[in-house]
Amino acid sequence: MTTARTYSKAMGVDEALDARPVVDAPFGTALIDVQKHRGDIVGLTADLGKYTDILPFRDAYPDRFFNVGMAEQNLVAVAAGLARTGTVPFATTYGVFATRRAYDFIAIACAHSNVNVKIIAGLPGLTTGYGGTHQAIEDTALMCMIPNLVVIDPCDATDISQITHAIADYDGPVYVRLLRGKVPRVLDPKTYSFVIGKASVLREGADVGIISTGLMTEHAIDAANALNAEDISAGVLHTPTLKPFDADSVAEFASKHDAIVTAENHVITGGLATQVREALYKAGIARPLMPVGIADTFVELGASPTLMVRSGLTSDGIVAQAHAALRLKRS
Amino acid sequence: MTRIPNHPPAKADIAALKARAKHMRNHMLVMARGPGQGYIGQGLGIADVLAAIYFHELRWSPENLTDPNRDRFLLSTGHYSIALWAALAEAGIFPLEELPTYGADDSRLQMSTLDTTPGVEIIGGSLGHGLGQGVGMALGLRLQNSSARIFCELSDGELQEGSTWEAAMAGSNFRLDNLVALIDCNGIQADGAIVIDIEPVADKWRAFGWQVQEIDGNDMAAVVAALEQARATEGRPHAIVLRTKPGKGVPTLEQREKAHFVRVEPEEWDALILELEGQP
Ligand SMILES: Cc1ncc(C[n+]2csc(CCOP(=O)(O)OP(=O)(O)O)c2C)c(N)n1
Repeated sequence: MTTARTYSKAMGVDEALDARPVVDAPFGTALIDVQKHRGDIVGLTADLGKYTDILPFRDAYPDRFFNVGMAEQNLVAVAAGLARTGTVPFATTYGVFATRRAYDFIAIACAHSNVNVKIIAGLPGLTTGYGGTHQAIEDTALMCMIPNLVVIDPCDATDISQITHAIADYDGPVYVRLLRGKVPRVLDPKTYSFVIGKASVLREGADVGIISTGLMTEHAIDAANALNAEDISAGVLHTPTLKPFDADSVAEFASKHDAIVTAENHVITGGLATQVREALYKAGIARPLMPVGIADTFVELGASPTLMVRSGLTSDGIVAQAHAALRLKRS
Repeated sequence: MTRIPNHPPAKADIAALKARAKHMRNHMLVMARGPGQGYIGQGLGIADVLAAIYFHELRWSPENLTDPNRDRFLLSTGHYSIALWAALAEAGIFPLEELPTYGADDSRLQMSTLDTTPGVEIIGGSLGHGLGQGVGMALGLRLQNSSARIFCELSDGELQEGSTWEAAMAGSNFRLDNLVALIDCNGIQADGAIVIDIEPVADKWRAFGWQVQEIDGNDMAAVVAALEQARATEGRPHAIVLRTKPGKGVPTLEQREKAHFVRVEPEEWDALILELEGQP
C-alpha cells in the first residue's frame, strides 16, 4: 500500500494559490523600476536574498546591494544608518526575524526619529509550512504598536508593485509584508490604485461586508462570489494599510452591510479584527462581526495549504463565518 | 564534581562509529526522498559528528530521555533536523518505518525541530538560539552539582548572529567547562557560499576565552579525539570548529552546486543510495 502524503515545501517555493495569473517576483521588478526613477534606493538583505525576491535588484544594481549576513538586528541598524545619509534602504528578511529579533532596532533606530527605512518582510502568516519559528503570525500587530511606523499587508502582485513605488515616495519608516516568487494577480492594475492609509471597496454589498487584508482579500473575493451565488449580497473592502488605519472607510462600508466578516492571515487578537471593532465602536456602528484569522496559538509545521485550511484561512472559511454573522444578525 | 559512572566512554570503536554514520546517511536519503528536497547537504555533512556524539560521547539513555543527569545535545540549527532524526532513529527512538514521513503533514519528523518530538532538547529554526540556552543549561546543571555536559551544535551562518557572541562571552565568563560548542563550518548559508566573512573562526572563539580545536569534521577519528580533548578542558568552555563537506558520503551530492536547499529528482534516488553503499 502506498500512502499519499502532503509535504511541507519549506523555503524557496512559489506562493501562487490557485489558477489566477501569476507575476514573477513583483517586488524585485518594481524595486528596479523605482531605482530607475529615483536613483537613491539601496537594497539590503540578511542572508535571505534568494528567498525575498531582491536578487533582480542586486543583479541590476550590484553596487547598491549589501548582504549583511544572517544578522537581522544589524540589518535594521545598517538600514537606519544608510537612511540617515539620504539614501532609501529597502531591507529584506522574514517577518518573524525582522519583528521578533530586531524589534528594538525598528522601534528606536527607525521609528523613533522617523528614519526613512523600508522593511520588507517575507513569509507572512501561514504562507510557510515551517512552523512557529517562520510563520509571522503576530508581526503586523507588533508593528502597529510602534509609533510613526506605516504597516502594510499586500494582497497580490498588483498591490506589491504599487506599494513598492508608494513607500519609496513616502518619507518615513514602513513595514511591508512580502509575497514572493510567483505571486497571483488578483487586483486589476487598470482600476485599482494603492494609496497609503486608504482602504479600497472592491465590491459593494448589502447583507455581508467582508473586510480583509493581505492575501485574504483574494479569498474574500472568492467568498463574495460564492455568497452572491447563494443570493447573499456580499461586499469586499480591502484594507492593505493596517497603520494608519482607514477607520472612516471601514465605518462607512460597515454601515452599508448587515453583518461583518474580517479576514486576515494573522492572529485575530491585535490584528485587523481588533482594529475593525475599534473603528466601529468609535463610529457608533453596531454590527455582528465574525473574524477569520489565526487562533491564539502557534501553528504546527506542514504544507502551507494544509495549515491554511486547518485554520480556516480560505474562501470556505470566510463563507462559513458570513453565515455565522448573518445568524447572529437574525437572533 | 561527580561524573556519571560510565564516563569516560570505553575506547571508541572508529569502524563501528563509521558504520553508524553510514546508516544515518542512508536514513537521511530515505527521509529526503519523500519531499524530494530538503537539507540533505547539511545532514550528510554533519553525520559523522552526530554519530560520534550519540554513539560514543553522550552519556544518555534512549530509554530515559528526560533523565535530569543526561548529557544534552542541542541542535541549534533546526533545519538540520534530518540529521537528528537519523541519529535518533539509529538509536531506536523512532521506528525506521517512520522515516519516509519526513516533512509530511502530521509527522513528528519535520523539516525543522520542535521539542515535542522525543529526543529534541530545544526548538531550532530561529537561528542563534542554541548557544545561549546551552549556557543556561550548563549553569543550571553546575548549580545542581550535576556532572552532565552540554554539547551545542551551531552553524557557520549562526556566527553572524549577535546572540551567538553574546552567549560565547557569557560561556567563558562563567567558566563553563561543561559546555562544548560544535561549530559546523560547511561553507554555505541560505544565499549560497558564506556571504559575509566569518574567518578566522577559531581565533575568534579563542579571543572570546574558549579553548578551541579545529578539525576535519568528516574524519571520525579526529572527531572522537577532539571530543576526548574537550572532556579534559577545565575552567572554560570548549569549541570544536568542524570543517565539513555538504553532501558528504554521496559523491553526486558532494559535487552538486553548494546549495542550502537541495532538490533531487525522483529518478535520482536509487542511484544516490547505491553511491552511498559503495563508499568505504
Ligand atoms: C534568525 C534567523 N534568521 C534567518 C533565518 C533563515 N535561514 C534559515 S537557514 C539560514 C542560513 C543559515 O546559515 P547556515 O546554518 O550556515 O546555513 P546552511 O549551512 O544550512 O546552508 C537562514 C538565513 C533563520 N532561520 N533564523
